[in-house]
Amino acid sequence: MTGRRLELVCPAGTPAALRVAVDSGADAVYCGFADETNARNFPGLNFSRDELASAVAHAHSRGACVYVAVNTFPRAGAEALWQAAVADAAKAGADAVILADLGLVAHTAERHPGLRIHLSVQAAAANPDVINFWAENFGVKRVVLPRVLSVAEIAAINREIDIETEVFVFGGLCVMAEGRCALSSWLTGRSPNMHGVCSPPGHVSYGERANAMIARLGGYTLHTVERGRPAPYPTACKGCFHAGGTTGYLFAEPESLDAEPLLPALAAAGVAALKIEGRQRSRAYVAEVVGRFRRAVDALAAGRPLLASDLAHLSEGQATTAGAYDRAWR
Amino acid sequence: MHLTLGPILFHWPTRQWADFYARIADEAPVDRVVVGEVVCAKREPFQRPVLEQVVERLQAAGKEVMRASLALPTLPRERQELARLVEGRLLVEINDLTALRFLRREARFAVGPLVNVYNESTLRLLARRGAIRLCLPPELPLPSIEHLAAEARTLGVDIELWAFGRVPLAISGRCYHARLSGRSRDSCLLVCGRDADGLTVTTLDGEPIFALNGVQTLSAAWANLAGDVDILAKVGVSGLRLSPHSCDMVAVARIFRAVCDGRWTAEEALASLAELVPGVRFANGALAGMAGASWQLRSTARAGLEPRNPDRPAATRVPARPLPGREG
Repeated sequence: MTGRRLELVCPAGTPAALRVAVDSGADAVYCGFADETNARNFPGLNFSRDELASAVAHAHSRGACVYVAVNTFPRAGAEALWQAAVADAAKAGADAVILADLGLVAHTAERHPGLRIHLSVQAAAANPDVINFWAENFGVKRVVLPRVLSVAEIAAINREIDIETEVFVFGGLCVMAEGRCALSSWLTGRSPNMHGVCSPPGHVSYGERANAMIARLGGYTLHTVERGRPAPYPTACKGCFHAGGTTGYLFAEPESLDAEPLLPALAAAGVAALKIEGRQRSRAYVAEVVGRFRRAVDALAAGRPLLASDLAHLSEGQATTAGAYDRAWR
Repeated sequence: MHLTLGPILFHWPTRQWADFYARIADEAPVDRVVVGEVVCAKREPFQRPVLEQVVERLQAAGKEVMRASLALPTLPRERQELARLVEGRLLVEINDLTALRFLRREARFAVGPLVNVYNESTLRLLARRGAIRLCLPPELPLPSIEHLAAEARTLGVDIELWAFGRVPLAISGRCYHARLSGRSRDSCLLVCGRDADGLTVTTLDGEPIFALNGVQTLSAAWANLAGDVDILAKVGVSGLRLSPHSCDMVAVARIFRAVCDGRWTAEEALASLAELVPGVRFANGALAGMAGASWQLRSTARAGLEPRNPDRPAATRVPARPLPGREG
């Protein structure tokens, strides 16, 4: 799978963001329906059935693909909602659905044999055996790799599988294997797997104490900062905690992923597609990040050097990391 | 209601590991015991020298022994180990779908709580593939459990629930124990072995929130479903899982046995468990669809008594009974 141009897969939280992403050079955009069937189930985001149909028409007219994420785990007794999301994505002309649940993947393979299935990062498929299991049994065509692997491990995986791999290159960074994390559920009762939300705003509160600003999730204090400074959003795994005599960011610094410098290595590792996180981000953000990665991917394809990254100002906490792609991060 | 002793999630010294199971074999009224490493393959060599004798001792005591698989196998040697595991003579409890690539078509297996089984289609597919019992993900609310248990009954699959001990919340590529001691996972020196029950993480206010266990993150509070046994039985749950800690797990098993058999009330069981692990906060909030860390005294609420959601179980007001003996 080396030698091909990398596909740039970009976030589309709204129909407007989708148009911006396509116009900025996305090869593909991913989006979801406005309900609990997708892992970015945030108020004001996502697509109605009609919006998806027009979005697909717009994207296709510009030569871009649309992937629809139906990547939460269907609720027992209510699977029809998720199965309808897959059927409606197919009807709207989506180029692929992004799925995580074993039952829903099996259902889709059986009922929509012509529909391309991408395995969501939420499925946490982290080795060639399990990826081959999905490919052989259900015809999965692409796997979005969990953010726990180094570049060398990704290369090794690509040597042992026949389907495409997609990796995250920019944006928010889950430090846990996604689809295998219940931190938010533990503190708020709302989870990525069941509800498509993590550390949801309805369970966040801000307060003041003495000379400090406090950010809480589910009543637990996750950040305390000097008065006058903005308290960071209290995401469950990114809080400041105390353990074993140490105080600090025990799980992850408040930094986000920027793997742009690693594009040549990821291409050499046989990766087929690069994914930008951020369906909850603004159109301006999408335009800037997509434009930047478009230029980088084109430069790489043409054998030109990559420019130094200038996207740090768009990143959470103003700091970036290469995450697990660099073994030392682990 | 059967009782299963889950795998030890922590890195215990070989001797402690073997002694723990010897006592379980001799004294604990559990039906099934799951042994083997789930969290980190680097710990496995410490169990290997005694594994065979532990299995034999448990089997000689009449326990059904199952073998756990790793939660997130990535390295070639971890995958090879998994391929060997499924060829062994013990029933394997899979903790990742990777095992399905290796299991023979006719093989029977169990599914651990780290596999995402949220709905009937997934359950049916696993049952068709050979799953005969399943410990559900601990974040599931009661209505989901009820739907799954009903489906499981038609498939002849046993449904088990995480009923005691810290709750597994996440698995990562990063080792937090190593990170805390300024190391990377590759050079961790197995520092996770210092904390027999995991290392409690508190908020800046000093409130316990999580616990570190190498690449795994657990809850600070411990699951305790001793007060929910009757409702769980009613919705079709057929087993409870007790997760090993360094406390007296024989006593824990006896208390759960007593409450499952109706010899003890839920209040008596909760009071005795609270006395057994002083300072530990209990949780059962996921059942009610609330924050998992919250606590709801179901039996009291259902009896029309004061519903409350305290930090400590209300049942601590009931005096603890002397622990039930071997014959109960």
